[in-house]
Amino acid sequence: MTSPAIAAAALSKLTEQVRAAAAGRRPLRIRAGGTKDFYGNPTVGELLDPREYSGLVAYEPTELVLTARCGTPLALIVSALDERNQMLAFEPPHFGAAATVGGCVAAGLAGPRRGAFGPGAGGIRDFVLGAKLLNGRGEVLSFGGTVMKNVAGYDVSRLLAGSLGTLGVLLEVSLKVAPRPVAEETRSFELDESAALNQCTARAGKPWPVSATAWHAGRLHVRLSGAASAVALACKAFGGERMTAADGAAFWACIREQTQPFFRQQPPLWRMSLPATAAPLALPGEQLIEWGGALRWLVSGAEAASVRGRAAGLGGHATLFRGNPGSIAAFTPLPSALARIHARLTAEFDPMGIFNPGRMYANAPG
Amino acid sequence: MRIPLEGTGPVDQELQSRAAAALKGVLPAGAVLVEDEDTRPYECDGLALYRQLPMIVVLPETEEQVATALRVCSSLAVPVVPRGAGTGLSGGAMPHRAGVLLSLAKLNAILDIDPQARTARVQPGARNLAISEAAAPHGLFYAPDPSSQIACTIGGNVAENSGGVHCLKYGLTGNNVLRVRGLTMAGEAVTIGSAALDSPGLDLLSVVLGSEGMLLVVTEVLVRLMPKPACARCIMASFSNVEVAGEAVAAVIAAGIIPAGLEMMDQAATRMVEPFVQAGYDLDAAAILLCEADGTAEEVAEEVARMSEILHAAGATRISVSSSEAERLRFWAGRKNAFPAAGRVSPDYYCMDGTIPRRQLGPVLHAIREMERKYALACPNVFHAGDGNLHPLILFDANDPGSVERAEAFGADILELCIAVGGTVTGEHGVGIEKINQLCIQFDAPTREAFFGVRRAFDPQRLLNPGKVIPTLHRCAEFGRLHVHQGQIPHPTLPRF
Repeated sequence: MTSPAIAAAALSKLTEQVRAAAAGRRPLRIRAGGTKDFYGNPTVGELLDPREYSGLVAYEPTELVLTARCGTPLALIVSALDERNQMLAFEPPHFGAAATVGGCVAAGLAGPRRGAFGPGAGGIRDFVLGAKLLNGRGEVLSFGGTVMKNVAGYDVSRLLAGSLGTLGVLLEVSLKVAPRPVAEETRSFELDESAALNQCTARAGKPWPVSATAWHAGRLHVRLSGAASAVALACKAFGGERMTAADGAAFWACIREQTQPFFRQQPPLWRMSLPATAAPLALPGEQLIEWGGALRWLVSGAEAASVRGRAAGLGGHATLFRGNPGSIAAFTPLPSALARIHARLTAEFDPMGIFNPGRMYANAPG
Repeated sequence: MRIPLEGTGPVDQELQSRAAAALKGVLPAGAVLVEDEDTRPYECDGLALYRQLPMIVVLPETEEQVATALRVCSSLAVPVVPRGAGTGLSGGAMPHRAGVLLSLAKLNAILDIDPQARTARVQPGARNLAISEAAAPHGLFYAPDPSSQIACTIGGNVAENSGGVHCLKYGLTGNNVLRVRGLTMAGEAVTIGSAALDSPGLDLLSVVLGSEGMLLVVTEVLVRLMPKPACARCIMASFSNVEVAGEAVAAVIAAGIIPAGLEMMDQAATRMVEPFVQAGYDLDAAAILLCEADGTAEEVAEEVARMSEILHAAGATRISVSSSEAERLRFWAGRKNAFPAAGRVSPDYYCMDGTIPRRQLGPVLHAIREMERKYALACPNVFHAGDGNLHPLILFDANDPGSVERAEAFGADILELCIAVGGTVTGEHGVGIEKINQLCIQFDAPTREAFFGVRRAFDPQRLLNPGKVIPTLHRCAEFGRLHVHQGQIPHPTLPRF
């Protein structure tokens, strides 16, 4: 555990670095473990490594809240929760042992459990209760708090989830945690793409305890989590092939960490976030479908414009997730009215434009 | 003593005739109200302690009319205060003396229910309960259920990020809204979020939800619907003191259970509501817990058995489980009617909304008991115990000299106590004008300035609901001067954090 004195020293170093960069209008590249370097557009600037600002600040299992400094390894948090039979309900990918909680929240990526059908499912934004941020003026701002319900002031802490460091250095975060389900079981089924999508839609409309789905190469995997009786009932109703607990856990870890061979093919890998009920893609390439149809990974050589056009047509968006040849914007461009709000908002937090310039969008004039 | 609020005072007559003429020129007859007798019903929301006559009331019927009204107001630099059903409890919809009160009540259509996608697309004036009613034929419901759900609108719910008795398991409004379409103060339409689970760019939905009408005027909302659980049962557990009841709540959570609802009422509250609804509450208990399980029949039986065991072990003196849907609804009727019951037993009541870490429940309730003596006012407590959200109901009589001031001071004391123990001044009712001073304590100056920054990014003219939620530096300085506790911090004996 990092002592408060070490943390204070680390914070003052970070603050100095930000102030100096702001004074000289020099860009900073915020990077901790570097496990998500591939994500977003390339950025330039002097390295700002916040990992010295580390340590679990508080963890109260009966309050369902955990507070940690940004440099805390994500693995440490997961194991602290594990000991108390709790978890991060958004099941974030680590993408490497060096992953930190700050990077996890800044990237805003959630894993298989994001696609759970019932209540309690959500993205990182749904579990951020509070955050401290070092803004572009070198000030420490403190948003939200550590309680379950808090509507005092604008909910900036949740805005920071997925902000890719463009609003400042995320210093500390308070997360709502969840109890581990009592029972968990994975079943798999032989189904083609459209049958799998239809089955997911049909089951999502009933209170089945589905906590993850993944379809690939003609096989749908479904994870069931919850009360023992609810899981047993669903298993009986769904049938399918049963996986052992160990195989099931390994399978979902491979999906979450993208170590499954599908993700290791020749990129580019597109991440298409769509309404779960969207029709099959009908694009060239190979797919892996999660979140009951709401997340479709596509390895395809199709033109960016046609992938993005199809995603928009289906009511979602497409991100070039891995293997950007370099010429394509990673994220779907925003409509102009939203882009203006974005630019103004970013300028409020980072008036000198020093944080991760271009990582999310090329800096457009407000 | 009150620090004057922005936008209060006599209506600006000269501006009124100029703005009314401009609005009447572009909106249908009858959509623009200026006579006192027409605008008077809008002078306050659910927080009747604060009243202000609006300069003009506008009642548009279409999004295009909303945009037209906003463009006129923007060009004349006239502030706009959006309003839904006016059930808010923090004065968020209190009018502005030189502003337009923009009622979205007539945009109340449920545009589309998509049972496959489990979504409902609704206009802002649609009532919360009406969405669940429309979804019911498909076996679906809209989960957030504020106690005012019969009347409150989804637009207001978005503005306040409203909760309800089931949000421990099902989340607040913010966790159940997928997309918001709105108009900027300049009348420009923006769509934030989508029918997918995430959207490119910054997650602007996070700041729009709960922004109390200061960033956008909401014109359409896409909400997520949930499959209706097959079965629900509610446990009523009695406790001989509130601390023990608080520890029982922690024990349930520690056992890895997230009940569908976990509510506490103290004895003053049960005795207040029982004659009103005959819920069957144990009136001898110092506190009761309502603890609900929902899901399949098997799941509910399993969870009820586990929770009953935990509550017993934690010291419950009596446990009863609802044996029918009618009985379950009766248990909840008492809780949901706590505010109206307060209105029945007392000429006036003032509902607070702080959230605290659950472990502070005992000390905080004890401190509230002391405050009852200090201010000579009764204060029954109902709360969302599962998530630490308190609703002390301060009972007073506005006709009794000094009573209003004592009630306000009592309320302010409770809010500051919530901050002192590591909580927040509002869990679900919003800041509005009611808690604006306490935000000086809860957030430091750079953080408050960042809030203003968020507001400028959406509304550079700062005309949408001005003077609410975020106190100015000047206001905080004033508040600081008036707020001297004989040189002591409030509640010096209370353990912190």
